[in-house]
Amino acid sequence: MSAVPEVNVRSGVEERDPATVCQEVPNPSTRMTGAQMVIEALKAEGVEVVFGYPGGAVLPLYDALYDSGLRHILTRHEAGAAHAADGYARATGRVGVCIATSGPGATNLVTGIANAYMDSVPVVAFTGQVALPLLGRDSFQEVDITGITLPITKHNFIVKDLQRLPRTIKEAFYIARTGRPGPVLIDIPKDITQTEGYYRYPKEVSLRGYRPIFEGSIEAVEQAAEEIVRARRPVLFIGGGVTISNTWNSIREIVELTGIPVVSSLMGLGNFPGDDPLFLGMVGMHGTYAANMAVSECDLLLGIGVRFDDRVTGKIDEFAPNAKIIHFDIDPAEIGKNVRVDVPVVGDLRWSLSALLECLKDDDFVACDHRRGRGRLDEWQETVTRWKTERPLTYRQSDPDAECSIKPQYVIEEIYRVTDGNAVVVTDVGQHQMWAAQYYTHKRPRSFITSGGLGTMGYGLPAAIGAQVGRPGEVVFLVSGDGSLLMNCQELVTASEQRLPVKIAVFNNMYLGMVRQWQEFFFGKRYSHSCLNGSADYVKLAEALGCNGLRVTKARDVRAGLERAMSLNGPVVIDFRICPEENVLPMVPAGGSLAKMMGCFPEG
Amino acid sequence: MRHTLAVLVENSPGVLARVAGLFSRRGYNIESLAVGVTQDPRISRMTIVVEGDDRIIEQVSKQLNKLINVIKVSDITSDPYVGRELSLVKVHAEPATRPHIMQIIDVFRAKVVDVGKRSIIVEITGDEEKIDAFLEIMREFGIKEVVRTGKIAMVRGSKIIKCEKGDSEDGEDLLRPGCKFGLTPVKASSGVGIRQSRACTGAKLEG
Repeated sequence: MSAVPEVNVRSGVEERDPATVCQEVPNPSTRMTGAQMVIEALKAEGVEVVFGYPGGAVLPLYDALYDSGLRHILTRHEAGAAHAADGYARATGRVGVCIATSGPGATNLVTGIANAYMDSVPVVAFTGQVALPLLGRDSFQEVDITGITLPITKHNFIVKDLQRLPRTIKEAFYIARTGRPGPVLIDIPKDITQTEGYYRYPKEVSLRGYRPIFEGSIEAVEQAAEEIVRARRPVLFIGGGVTISNTWNSIREIVELTGIPVVSSLMGLGNFPGDDPLFLGMVGMHGTYAANMAVSECDLLLGIGVRFDDRVTGKIDEFAPNAKIIHFDIDPAEIGKNVRVDVPVVGDLRWSLSALLECLKDDDFVACDHRRGRGRLDEWQETVTRWKTERPLTYRQSDPDAECSIKPQYVIEEIYRVTDGNAVVVTDVGQHQMWAAQYYTHKRPRSFITSGGLGTMGYGLPAAIGAQVGRPGEVVFLVSGDGSLLMNCQELVTASEQRLPVKIAVFNNMYLGMVRQWQEFFFGKRYSHSCLNGSADYVKLAEALGCNGLRVTKARDVRAGLERAMSLNGPVVIDFRICPEENVLPMVPAGGSLAKMMGCFPEG
Repeated sequence: MRHTLAVLVENSPGVLARVAGLFSRRGYNIESLAVGVTQDPRISRMTIVVEGDDRIIEQVSKQLNKLINVIKVSDITSDPYVGRELSLVKVHAEPATRPHIMQIIDVFRAKVVDVGKRSIIVEITGDEEKIDAFLEIMREFGIKEVVRTGKIAMVRGSKIIKCEKGDSEDGEDLLRPGCKFGLTPVKASSGVGIRQSRACTGAKLEG
């Protein structure tokens, strides 16, 4: 855990009398423009780096940024800025900040904002807007970005009064990082940033309509503890909420105490050591046999910081059919949204998990239990271990000298070896994402960064840049595909310009692999427009954009290629020519029951 | 089942769009929505009538509660409440039929607020059934135009819908174990506020 960066946890719940909330300290000497206020506010929020792209409506802001001392990273597309802010936030636990101009600049942020929203990532996005007198007149580069982002932000603002600007920024950061985090957008008309006014930054804010929950009902926790003690076949299902709340240690402690086997969602990977005997792997569509069977056969499912996404549950009626479900979540709206819940534990995991631990350590509970569940859970642990050992994730190794048929799973395993399992793994979206989830043994929290809910191709490269900026001393390994990389490949310039030593493995199968896989399984192998033949030359692309480029075509050379990549300074793109028609297995067809997996028998 | 929600929101631009957008994108149907400012000019109150089973209504309430500008959501369906709608009806009224129409208006305790040569405007308040019944009868004479406000509602007795998200004792239902979706079936009142932690004020949180 020592290598995990200090995570900045500031999302405490403050309860204040609304009348005394805004203790503004007027200081007549602080007269400045709106743009300077933004800079000062960012500094007051502890922001060290912003990702952005200038343009007409943010010229005043960029002018103030010029000699502000704030680190600004110029991405080559606003989409890159939004994703980089998101990657930075996930890697560090701090709020990511991005800036774009009005109109097209703002709309280019939209995918990144939606991506952050789906995965509950704290991001504050600043957009320029046309000046107030031009607003609503279809002016040049005018777009209603608050309207557009209404359903994909936790909240958004348009600032029409300079006096409200500092307070709005304070509120935005407060909303973004507290409760269930999420993106917040602030739209600032150009004349607001140009006008001068007195700057007063509130020390704290309290919003009448927003009181993030910290503590819930202790009776619910006690009931959860009772169910745990009573259960014969319990499973702990962890998700991204554990990452967000920094409660991975509590999870380990609970398992240590109770011996309950653990499964994880894609977003939860790394919160529990992947090499622990009680870790069964990822659950869901491309989950392991053991994890999916454990969920299907358990009598108690503890969902912790998860939202029971359809990619996890499969057919909802057959999800954990024999289990009582206990759901720990900070967001009451998640309770019962997708699955029936028997015991809801609403509250911040920092509160609920410690309360649960207290209950479990209490003599009344421990009396019938032993460390790691020895005794009571023996049979269940044996069963899940048998599932795990009898049907592990597996693939058939290819001929080490065959051209262009490297097994992608093997590449992931080799990445694990050359990085000693200590890399911050970032992925794009598709087959390579699933292989990275399955075959890299994730052992550290905040070290597997991937687009979960939205499934955004093109997320990986800018997110890796953000992660590397946030954790400069660590190895950041991007696993991408030949489809995904091209969606934001302009950011290779950003990486090289900033001398960010991101390692980029392109899983090049000349297909949109996941699309092709679905076409193979469900559309009679009619590979409609999923074939990327005549593909780009990724080595030349890398070199053209200032990065190192390597190509590996044989399995025999994978290790050497990776070692060479690790030895190079600066960003490296490694073009791995993988087996073109390799599939991600096992697989639960969309809407199918988790217990009915395709391809989970050991091959050959 | 049809539910009546009383929703306190901040009186600021864009709030209506946020609420309406939430309903459409999550696939909930608004039957009517009436909004106006309260005694506190910073706060508006919406009365929303929405159709759905308990599970849908619970999601509606919780999702509404997540909106930053929404201060309080209360499902008052099972409370004793006064529900009223205002309607203006322009009815075709020839001199010959006018006395008859006036009689009916009287029975409904409606009011004539404008008289034209061949039509009158009737102002009627009441619950939905009353207005429906009135319209049904007026149809015989010929309805030229109808405008309805949608329902507004207020709980009877001394109970009031308070302004603070989170301070209602009934909101604790949400956190009580044993209920299906985290919310017990509607009892006397069913605000969906969240109990606030008092113990954690100023507490240091650690990862």
